[in-house]
Amino acid sequence: MTIEAKPQLPVPHPTPISQPFWDACLRHELTVQKCTSCGKLIFIPQDFCRYCFTETLEWVPSSGTGKVYSYTTVWRPQTPSFEVPYVVAIIDIDGGYQMLSNVINVPPDQVKVGMAVEVVWDDVTDTITLPKFQPRQA
Amino acid sequence: MGNIPLHDVAVVGVYNTKQARSLEGHTSRTITVEAIRGALDDAGMTLSDIDGLCIGGIGSRAFGYEAGLRHTWAANGGLVGVSGVLEAAAAISNGIVNTVLIASGSAGVYTQRESTAPWTRPSNEFVECWGLFTAAEFALVARRHMERYGTTPHQLATVAATIRNNGNINPGAVYYGRGPFTPEDVLNSRMIADPYHLLDCAMTSEGGGAMILTRADRAQDRPKPPVYVLGGGMEGEGPAYQHPPSYDMLDETGVGAAKRAFRMAGITPNDVDVCEFYDNFSWEVIRMLEVFGFCGQGEGGPFVESGAIQPGGKFPIVTDGGLMSFSHSGNVQRLQRIIQAVRQVRGDSVVNQVPNAHVAITNNGGAGALYTDVLLVGDQRP
Repeated sequence: MTIEAKPQLPVPHPTPISQPFWDACLRHELTVQKCTSCGKLIFIPQDFCRYCFTETLEWVPSSGTGKVYSYTTVWRPQTPSFEVPYVVAIIDIDGGYQMLSNVINVPPDQVKVGMAVEVVWDDVTDTITLPKFQPRQA
Repeated sequence: MGNIPLHDVAVVGVYNTKQARSLEGHTSRTITVEAIRGALDDAGMTLSDIDGLCIGGIGSRAFGYEAGLRHTWAANGGLVGVSGVLEAAAAISNGIVNTVLIASGSAGVYTQRESTAPWTRPSNEFVECWGLFTAAEFALVARRHMERYGTTPHQLATVAATIRNNGNINPGAVYYGRGPFTPEDVLNSRMIADPYHLLDCAMTSEGGGAMILTRADRAQDRPKPPVYVLGGGMEGEGPAYQHPPSYDMLDETGVGAAKRAFRMAGITPNDVDVCEFYDNFSWEVIRMLEVFGFCGQGEGGPFVESGAIQPGGKFPIVTDGGLMSFSHSGNVQRLQRIIQAVRQVRGDSVVNQVPNAHVAITNNGGAGALYTDVLLVGDQRP
């Protein structure tokens, strides 16, 4: 018996609708769906606009900057593959949409609602790069 | 409102099996069957009286086959909880079915204790990879309320201590005798996902529960007094644990559900005698008091420190200990909140019986799960 390996971090399993998002992440580009009819941004990826119910969505570059809308410092990990503490947050992305992510490269007790953040890339595997956020550099 | 079809439906039997951190020798199926036997006994019925099924764990149609029970109705989407009760009650009041058995149970499901319980960490694409699970999801929405209204960790802890103290004196609770707790005890428990400490969160356990609903005209002269469905409502913003739980989207989720339920019942929050809320996380109870109309938006924090939610208060909450202390097995706890509401209205709660309780409110879901379903039950047919 070998010692059981620490479980791998869970990675997303892209679907046809989300594949363009994850492909762009591999290139370290944060993208988002934009409705060419009403101009709104839509995330997570879907087939039609959740604001005007048209199917005129296209992938566009995201600003990659925003503010912490809400956050929590996690001390009891989802699974042992996560090292605690880690910060989970809802980010208000400039341009007008929200996404879940982690805030890293900052002590957890310094994360605040309203903190300016920017995307930073975590190359997890050959096929998955995760967007995370760090305090915005001046 | 004129004639309300749901008022033709009554609960005639309820039962909870033994609840425990781990139920040795049981599977989800065997504990569900035990719950079904108990509810049939409570109702003075046998399986042959049942013609509709809403069964978790085993599955409605699978149970129907295995029990050799031809059924005229099986739940389509309703959970074993408020949504299932409302779906069943709608079918009964429309004459599609006469008597519905609702049951579920869990045992032997949570085995990898180094991880959070399996039902708390769905593997959704834009959630799991950042380490989210239910406590983190619910923390994100609570934080925003604290920022907007100044709701304090002590107010959250007051909710948790109140509920845990109710369970502390309930011999049927998994955490019977594990108190009493002060809010400070809650604040001193280890942090799970800030602002939620261990004791702010639902527990994990195993157990089963069951309920029988029937036509009001068949509910008379049974072993236990009938408890009537007074009103109900449901409201959701989307699937749980796939999207950011943003308080600005969720601050009114459930307001309409409660209004519809109260309008159907022809009563207001002031007429409620006991609140068997779905206490998955402490702050959620503060939000429920606000969205159901027991206090104004943003006033829930001071409200829970006023004494109103304590035993003997105007709106006692979660009198059996709820998900925090009685049991939370990942599914049937939704139904168990209704079972406790029924017991209060029947006057046979094991503990903390509210004197002359005629009307109880109960609910499922929460802001962190993007939905809120509400049910009102009472001892008088409106």
